[in-house]
Amino acid sequence: IVPYHVAEMSQSASQNILYFYCILYFSCFPVLKSIENIGVSFVKTSEQYSKKLEAELRKQRFHFRPVRSPGVFEMRRKDHLSHFILRLAYCQTEDLRRWFIQQELDLFRFRFNELPLDKQQQFLKHNDLDYNITAEEKEAVHKNVIDGSRLSTIKMEFLLIYKIHFTDAIDLIRNRKVYLNRGYAYVPHPEIVIIVLNEFRQILSKALALTKRSLPVIESDERLQPLLNHLSHAYVGQDYSMQKNVGKISLEQIDGLAVKSFPLCMRQLHKALRDNHHLRHGGRMQYGLFLKGIGVTLEQALQFWRSEFIKGKVDAEKFDKLYSYNIRHSFGKEGKRTDYTPYSCMKIILSNLPSQGDYHGCPFRHSDPELLKQKLQSYKIPSAGITQILDLVKGMHYQLACQKYFELTHNVEEVGFSHSHPNQYFLESQRLLNVGRDVKKEPSPPEGSQRSQNSQPARPASVSAPKSADRLASEELEMIFSDG
Amino acid sequence: MAGAGDEAAVLPDLLPVYYRRLFPYPQYFRWLNYGGVRKAYFQNREFSFTLRDDIYLRYQSFTNQQELEKEMQKLVPYKIDIGAVYSHKPNQHNSVKAGNFQALEKELVFDIDMTDYDDVRNCCRAADICHKCWTLMTIAIRVLDRALEEDFGFEHRLWVYSGRRGVHCWVCDDIARKLSQTARSAVAEYLSVVKGGEDTIKKVHLTHPIHPSIEKAIVLVKRYFREYALENQDILGSKEAWEKVLAMVPEEIRENLQTEFINARNSDKRWDMLKQSVKTTKAIFTAEEIMLQYCYPRLDVNVSKGLNHLLKSPFCVHPKTGRISVPIDLKTLDSFDPFSVPTLSSICRELDSNKKPEEEDVTSKESEPESKRRSRDYKKTSLAEPVRIFDEFLKKMEHSRKGVLLEQSDSHRDF
Ligand code: SF4
Ligand SMILES: [Zn+2]
Repeated sequence: IVPYHVAEMSQSASQNILYFYCILYFSCFPVLKSIENIGVSFVKTSEQYSKKLEAELRKQRFHFRPVRSPGVFEMRRKDHLSHFILRLAYCQTEDLRRWFIQQELDLFRFRFNELPLDKQQQFLKHNDLDYNITAEEKEAVHKNVIDGSRLSTIKMEFLLIYKIHFTDAIDLIRNRKVYLNRGYAYVPHPEIVIIVLNEFRQILSKALALTKRSLPVIESDERLQPLLNHLSHAYVGQDYSMQKNVGKISLEQIDGLAVKSFPLCMRQLHKALRDNHHLRHGGRMQYGLFLKGIGVTLEQALQFWRSEFIKGKVDAEKFDKLYSYNIRHSFGKEGKRTDYTPYSCMKIILSNLPSQGDYHGCPFRHSDPELLKQKLQSYKIPSAGITQILDLVKGMHYQLACQKYFELTHNVEEVGFSHSHPNQYFLESQRLLNVGRDVKKEPSPPEGSQRSQNSQPARPASVSAPKSADRLASEELEMIFSDG
Repeated sequence: MAGAGDEAAVLPDLLPVYYRRLFPYPQYFRWLNYGGVRKAYFQNREFSFTLRDDIYLRYQSFTNQQELEKEMQKLVPYKIDIGAVYSHKPNQHNSVKAGNFQALEKELVFDIDMTDYDDVRNCCRAADICHKCWTLMTIAIRVLDRALEEDFGFEHRLWVYSGRRGVHCWVCDDIARKLSQTARSAVAEYLSVVKGGEDTIKKVHLTHPIHPSIEKAIVLVKRYFREYALENQDILGSKEAWEKVLAMVPEEIRENLQTEFINARNSDKRWDMLKQSVKTTKAIFTAEEIMLQYCYPRLDVNVSKGLNHLLKSPFCVHPKTGRISVPIDLKTLDSFDPFSVPTLSSICRELDSNKKPEEEDVTSKESEPESKRRSRDYKKTSLAEPVRIFDEFLKKMEHSRKGVLLEQSDSHRDF
């Protein structure tokens, strides 16, 4: 269905582009951004989280409950509409899609949890997820279900249990958060939301993929495209794959830069590489793409890796045979010719956990707190600062911990950017070091626009939501966007 | 016993004999053909061959058993890997429009490699193994096989010795073969307990309540722990060794244990002290965590995850050790000995020396079909037993396939 809508969309879009712009920029983006911020600061299943999110949504006048009151119709339309355009904006790269889906899922989870039990069950029935088990079976599995789901003891008689095939409960299985027996997962009621979310995720990614395929239609609208580009960058950050300073770094500088301007994860990889003359695949990817992002050219990269590897067990011939292809590949010079982008913190923290023999990952997330402490001490971080960092780590605020580390090592009180990318860390560090210490006093850029080098208009601090939706051809659009 | 160097040297001479007279083609084909239930299932399967001098051929595929045999005898691969079943014949992948050539199905596979245990083995490093550390593989098989069967309900699990330092598992159930990439990685994550890289001291973290699956794994590990870890590896045997273990216990009791350990008689006693002592702390699962860190299976998640990831085939010869990659019978798992697995040179020798007793069979002349002669050939060697285990596995699979078919036809008859 979607491509059809899209085709129709591009016409009305060109007419209403300014209006869209307003709606999006002032109403829905901030919502997703708030969801992200709140999700970073609170545990997603905590009451605090729901309270905070509810307050925030209210503040932003975001419709989140099917309440019958005037104005709802309009708000819901806005919701669909912005959802749709967001989909367009975010379907363009992998990282963007991932970010968008994550925020959408959090919003969905919140909404689902807000529903009363009977409405939730209705929803489950509607989606063929309503498999309650018999009383006897419940009796037999009950202890295991409680243990398997890590629930604190809940009165069994109140507990609904669904028995579903394990292939439908993938997310619970991944975290070992459900009792499994002979191929079936026994999911207690509060956890069923995860199954629902999984379903929603699939629908969403499919929709994004479809939207992407119909992108050429949109791209031909030269007014829409830059707007979409701009919007997506403003909130997720740029991908740091195209750097102005390509070739402006010499290989001799890297040792020095690693100490001064690399975030901890890259400093660690650099050290491991120098010490062991080797890095395993995960490390080569994470570090190699970072180096590319700071401006190391393909020729330099080949030289850099070769000179280090041949000090170890790999001779030059083997290196050329085994590794140089991959390096060229990551620069988009081989195979599918995809130009890989440097990893963001989120990607480093969430995907591809390091295992035996690996040095990649995020030290704030993947190091033992004890070792992290030792490392920070050896880097001469004052002990008060170390305590602060470890507290943030304990609260699972890894990026904030990294930000704190930045502040401490750069002698600034507040970084003035919200840290989400190792290459951003590097750029900000270089900016500070090159301008000199005075920059400290420079006013921080407005919230939400982390990228000061982007020519992006600052968002006014407070703007009321656009007043009405009736400037749109309402009936028609309602239909178009109702698939949101 | 022939040394590793010798084994590599005999490959060019003996591999052709192996592929001509010993390799169990009929069983192999029966396995990968899966009863021919789906059209082109065998034809669309990718094989990859590594030839002499590291020449690597991907996307090989064969229409039938005869073609497979012919190619293997012609190319004499040093190594054979099995990949996915694709949407098209893999050897024609270049003529398929890009994007249409896709991996559809594959067995769910697990790869456990002794090198991943280097931080908890005192006996060997890297590719080396010995009888002491082989117990780790035994434990790994016990733990994983239980979970695959009882938790996931998989019935057809083929365990294979890799020929050198590890084991592989091929889960062949219909559902397993159809799992998506995401589902595969979720299953692998579910089965992974030891997490963290060089920078993590404590790699296992248990919280109350312990998941039933882990609970059962702990029971299995306990069966081996004393003899394996405390006696053979002697993980608390010296100061250097126990410091590594003590790094995992809560700080408050560490110092105390350090002094107590010096006076204790042996690892066994020290372990009891440790168990007693952690009971007084909040970290009540410390002993279990240590057991799991030392013994719980460590799998290479990436191998299981990828639908198009290749894995070394059963019955292939390990080019360095010459050992045949043979199926393992779980009924006698505890006595499985990787060092007495048949090697290429040993079975070829057996083939020669057992020639004479067969004389009574006068009709076995040129007139006899080759396949028949071959089926008798492997029986003269110690390959007979591994092939029997493989055969048993296949029979069970064929049996349950028949069951499903019957069920289906029954439901049709129902009018
Ligand atoms: S927060 Fe990001 S930049 Fe900092 S160490 Fe972790 S991954 Fe690296
Ligand atoms: Zn050993």
